[in-house]
Amino acid sequence: MIQLRGIRKAFGSQVVLDGVDFDVQEGETVALLGPSGTGKSVTLKTIIGLIRPDAGTVLVDDKDVWRLDRAGLQALRSMIGYVFQYGALFDSIDVFENIRLGLTDEREYADLGFARERAAECLRLVNLPPEVAQKTPGELSGGMKKRVGIARAIAGRPKYLLWDEPTSGLDPINADIIDSLVTRLGEELGVTSIVVTHDVRGAFRVADRLALLMDGRIVLQGTPAEFLASTDPRVHAFLQRDRDTTHFAA
Amino acid sequence: MTARALDPRRLAGKVILDSLTHLGRVTTLVGELVRALGEWRVWVPRAMAEAYNVGIGSLFIVIVVSAFTGAVTAFQAGYQFQSSLPIYIVGTLIVESVILELGPVLTGLILAGRIGARWAAELGTMRVTEQIDALESLGRSPISHLILPRVVAGMIMIPVLTVISDVVGIVAGLLAGRNALPLLTTADFMLGARYYYRPFDGWYSIIKAFTFAAAITVIPCYVGFNTQQGAEGVGKSTTRAVVATSVVILFLDAVLAKLLLSP
Repeated sequence: MIQLRGIRKAFGSQVVLDGVDFDVQEGETVALLGPSGTGKSVTLKTIIGLIRPDAGTVLVDDKDVWRLDRAGLQALRSMIGYVFQYGALFDSIDVFENIRLGLTDEREYADLGFARERAAECLRLVNLPPEVAQKTPGELSGGMKKRVGIARAIAGRPKYLLWDEPTSGLDPINADIIDSLVTRLGEELGVTSIVVTHDVRGAFRVADRLALLMDGRIVLQGTPAEFLASTDPRVHAFLQRDRDTTHFAA
Repeated sequence: MTARALDPRRLAGKVILDSLTHLGRVTTLVGELVRALGEWRVWVPRAMAEAYNVGIGSLFIVIVVSAFTGAVTAFQAGYQFQSSLPIYIVGTLIVESVILELGPVLTGLILAGRIGARWAAELGTMRVTEQIDALESLGRSPISHLILPRVVAGMIMIPVLTVISDVVGIVAGLLAGRNALPLLTTADFMLGARYYYRPFDGWYSIIKAFTFAAAITVIPCYVGFNTQQGAEGVGKSTTRAVVATSVVILFLDAVLAKLLLSP
């Protein structure tokens, strides 16, 4: 279970998060929605210990992330997979080595045979052929990079997956493939997911619950049905554009 | 910019505070590097690859610069030694100039530009494309994966390149000196070279090389690792790394001369 309590974060004079309270139960997929630049990615990075909040607590399985020692933080990170917005693949090494770095168990990392099998398995899970393992990130399309990033994130069999804008910059077909992957990996691997996105349609497709971050705070958490029924003008305004053009399966 | 911001006392205070902040962070980074030495399985293979890049990759430019420096020193000696000074002094002048100053300092400045800029740009790009965040998110230390291999490679290869630079500079100086001064023989040159040479001079060159290597490796890695604000940030980091490293090399050069050569 992931719990954020009163998270505040400012960069200089710009307050990005101003008291974020946010819960994610085990096994569920929660979409964190919000306009660009409202601190969704910052919120994700506080969970995995990449950005230290100015105030508030982040609890993962009842452990305070920002009170963990070096070994504790490493152990915590080994059970969280992070899918970066643009893949964040290491461009100096090939796809296999990228995925191998996702093996957080050092014995598995050192066992080259196991690492090759696991890399092929992870590539299959993200609908990529095993030959991709020999390519370098520079040889991949944007959609393939995202999927390799996902393969790397799941290689260590994480308990939690944090998805940072998994469909941004992708065409609708690739975006649908990634949305399907979010759902399928949740079901097949039983992971708990937080999906940061401003893609309303995709969020309604993949999430059990939604949360809307605006002006540094969560303005609404609830099921897709509760979101559609909300009379909050901020929620209404955020959903309006997609409500006009698409049908939400609430 | 307001008059308040241009107040010399405020500016001086800001420069001092910024410098102390950077000094503190660099000290912390050095502590992290020492701590990461235990993760030798991670950094040794990467350090080998980097050592090859630094050593073989820099060899050509180091040889070219050293050869021209030694030769020009000899030509200038030839121009100046039209008087009654003994001709073997040319050997002394070239060997002492190259070993004590030109070899280590020019090699340091070249490598500050060549590998310092490269490392700052590489690490800066990795920072702004979230590759460093990705490494941390995978529970892996960017210090042992990215910085320590570069520092170890530089600390090994920069002194080696400096010794090569010294040798090339002296040989080029001998050849150019014989060309500039027809009366100069190899025996004269060697006599002059040995006459004022002390074994400490060679050690001084190597001490300088190690000291400069610390600056050339740590400063660009620190600057690149802390890059912010996209492509513009990478450009700024690269420039800042080269300028800061070059200034620190010249500062260390003066400090070492005062500490180790003053009678």
